[in-house]
Amino acid sequence: MISQDAKKKLQAIVGEENYLDSKQSLVAYSYDATPNYQALPDAVIKPRNTQDVSEIVKVCNEYKIPIVPRGNATNLCAGTCPLEGGIVMIFTLMNQLLELDEENLTVTVQPGLITLDMINAVEAKGLFYPPDPSSMKISTIAGNINEGSGGLRGLKYGVTRDYVIALEVVLPNGNIIRTGGKLAKDVAGYDFTRLMVGSEGTLGVITEATLKLIPKPETKKTMLALYDSLEAAGRTVSKIIANKIIPTTLEFLDQPTIRVVEDFAKIGLPTDVGAVLLIEQDGPLEVVERDIKRMAEICQEENALSVQIAQTDEEGTALTTARRSALSALARLKPTTILEDATVPRSKIAEMVREIEVIAKRNNVQICTFGHAGDGNLHPTCMTDARDKEEMHRVEIAFEEIFEKAIQLGGTITGEHGVGVMKSPYLAWKLGEEGVEAMKTLKMAFDPNNIMNPGKMFAKESRKRVVVNR
Amino acid sequence: MSAANDKRQQELAIDMKQGMDYDELINCMRCGFCLPACPTYRESGGNEAASPRGRIALMKAVVDGIMEPDEDFEKQLSQCLGCRACEPACPSGMKYGFLLEDARDIIQKKKKHSLPVKMLRNVVFNELFPKPNRMRMVSSLLWFYQSTGIQKIAQATHLTKIAPGNLSAMERVLPKVPSPSKMKNRPSHVASEGVAKKKVAFFSGCLMDTMFMDTNDSTLYILSKSNCEIVIPKKQNCCGALHAHSGEKDGAKQLAKENILAFEKVEAEYIISNAGGCGALLVDYGHLLKDDPEWADRAKAFSAKVKDISEVLYEVGMPKMRLEPQTVTYQDSCHLRNVMGTFSAPRKLLQSIEGVTFTEMKDADRCCGSAGVYNIIEQEMSMQILDVKMKDAKATKARTLVTANPGCLLQMKLGIERAGLQKDVRGIHIVDLLAEAVRYAEGQA
Repeated sequence: MISQDAKKKLQAIVGEENYLDSKQSLVAYSYDATPNYQALPDAVIKPRNTQDVSEIVKVCNEYKIPIVPRGNATNLCAGTCPLEGGIVMIFTLMNQLLELDEENLTVTVQPGLITLDMINAVEAKGLFYPPDPSSMKISTIAGNINEGSGGLRGLKYGVTRDYVIALEVVLPNGNIIRTGGKLAKDVAGYDFTRLMVGSEGTLGVITEATLKLIPKPETKKTMLALYDSLEAAGRTVSKIIANKIIPTTLEFLDQPTIRVVEDFAKIGLPTDVGAVLLIEQDGPLEVVERDIKRMAEICQEENALSVQIAQTDEEGTALTTARRSALSALARLKPTTILEDATVPRSKIAEMVREIEVIAKRNNVQICTFGHAGDGNLHPTCMTDARDKEEMHRVEIAFEEIFEKAIQLGGTITGEHGVGVMKSPYLAWKLGEEGVEAMKTLKMAFDPNNIMNPGKMFAKESRKRVVVNR
Repeated sequence: MSAANDKRQQELAIDMKQGMDYDELINCMRCGFCLPACPTYRESGGNEAASPRGRIALMKAVVDGIMEPDEDFEKQLSQCLGCRACEPACPSGMKYGFLLEDARDIIQKKKKHSLPVKMLRNVVFNELFPKPNRMRMVSSLLWFYQSTGIQKIAQATHLTKIAPGNLSAMERVLPKVPSPSKMKNRPSHVASEGVAKKKVAFFSGCLMDTMFMDTNDSTLYILSKSNCEIVIPKKQNCCGALHAHSGEKDGAKQLAKENILAFEKVEAEYIISNAGGCGALLVDYGHLLKDDPEWADRAKAFSAKVKDISEVLYEVGMPKMRLEPQTVTYQDSCHLRNVMGTFSAPRKLLQSIEGVTFTEMKDADRCCGSAGVYNIIEQEMSMQILDVKMKDAKATKARTLVTANPGCLLQMKLGIERAGLQKDVRGIHIVDLLAEAVRYAEGQA
């Protein structure tokens, strides 16, 4: 609950029109894209600038009011669901592109700018911001930074983390700090920039970000390879990398996913194939042509049933439709779609996918798997119905077993979605109790009153795991 | 809050609980893919409650008992344009339009309208639109107003300014209505000019066959020129779209049955509509009557035959078309695009006119803000959306602004007036432009 006193102070900072507490607003900001999580905040607040944010945070710190910074809530870990009430802070009034620096190849933006709007502005100048989360049409930059978003181009270009070079952050005591800079080299003290990326709003509020840009690749080519077996597809992935080719994109769909995609999209995919690889390369024309040719050969060598290289951009787009429609197709099957995010070293992809199949069968749940084969980031996706408590329990067990296996293979519990509430019980599986302890100490140093997105990342209780040692 | 109001909200909550399709409500995976597609979300500066995801959450919250169906809730549902641009964007395949119709229907039934509003709704939904004779009568009054010089006097003396809000501007952009005798003697059959390639049935509509009769005549003309034999069942009625979108579902169902009955009697390959708003409801008849065992299958069969005029013309092929050199742009009708899935056929037809330079406008697929009676009920939001639209239209430098739905057409004409472009730009229905182009080509030949 927010006292009348605190409410008056908050309204005085942003103006009454930017402090929302009608029931309608509370409901509208009570969820994100994570199935099964909903909680009403006590208010929604729209800061207009960094100063507003600083003053809001001071009031919240004084009255111990939780703050949940929220972009457009496309995250899949319940990271922006206000589970402990308090205020949801939204950045619709702080959504400007502040500077496009063509000399230093950087762009400086406000937190609420939509990722795709920024990408379009940058590409209009012949520059390139590689991270491309699937939600980029909707997601905001600060949302990407807080959740540590990935995307389809992660294999070659890295993820959001690799492009954030400077931040302005309001700390939980209201202090405003600046981290990093438009610099290639900088070792002045702790690397707060990297610490903030993926911190899920638990350490402070990002109020400005400077991102690194690169020149836009000249050309791009796409191809699709079909396989009999998962192993063959997996071997292809390893062999491509072993041949010292790093494609932009190396996406993969398993057999159940292919069947569902075909059922829904009717694009002529053979439903009896074991796996599909979608491969893209970009860069100078000669390099792209050479790499694509060599990769097509590797696909053939590994017994691909067919390899199609798109001859035109339109054909390329048509091929990527197969991958892009995976979510659409899966989402239409059952009311609740739980899209998970286990990640393993890429050499273990085939083994992991096979294990997921076994786990699904053993627990009698329907799981389809697709994802970023090139970087080992898999999205086992469960089609279920949240109202069926008994089935939901089995789903939970299945996912536990999947995380367990991923860790066993040297992987992690989340590759790009974040910990939030969803994965918090499993964090210790990845970090060990000591690791979690160290993180909690850090959190408390920044935020002794625990006002910043409380209840996220650190669970009240961790899940016990049979195998403790990695 | 008064006790009466409290009681009404409680009752409404119960009705929502019983009447809403809960399976559909929980199908929303809240991914947010709908947000960029939604005009009111954009125009409200990114207010989640004004987005499809938000509105579904509000409906579900009412059903779940998390919130009361308060005034804010009703207002938010009323603010939705119903353009359904969110549907093609949705991975889960949400039937947002149906949810909205259901919710509005439930709210409407509990609504205590003021007496004038109640009377007006009764006249519009029960006494006017479903009764072709009366539609003609009202149009005749308008004809009288326009053709006797009263209109000119009224405009010159600024009498029209007395009308509330947009109505005075609307009055200026209404089409020139045909005379009563013309409206009465409508054909029921038009032969194909050459050997008939197809036999089609024409859904003539209520507004389209009175106020926009010229457009219907153009439709028959170009269909005949394209070698289609056309039957126009006499007993057909208003499609019911206005009813369905305004929370008068029972009225819509009644009209649907009358239309199914009328068209079952003729054997035609397609049932052709030339108004996006009507066509979208016609293809939804199958859904509208899904729970009525006597009608469900018949409605489905009817809906399966419905096609927009541009799809049919594109399929059968148009005769030679030509116009004075001009730049043309096209504003999608939301329902035509998002519900019927028609967007490339009209563009291809326009591009095939000799002399025409087709320039796509930015966000042509975005609602113009007309949305049935939305531009009267939610005037402020509607005009905000329209002004953005006119900026995009103006940027194409087009002289001809084409639409495929009467509501959109009036809105475009209103927009042209608001932007002061009357001298340079004309708004026109696509079939009127196609007919013009056929005649021009013939005259030249």
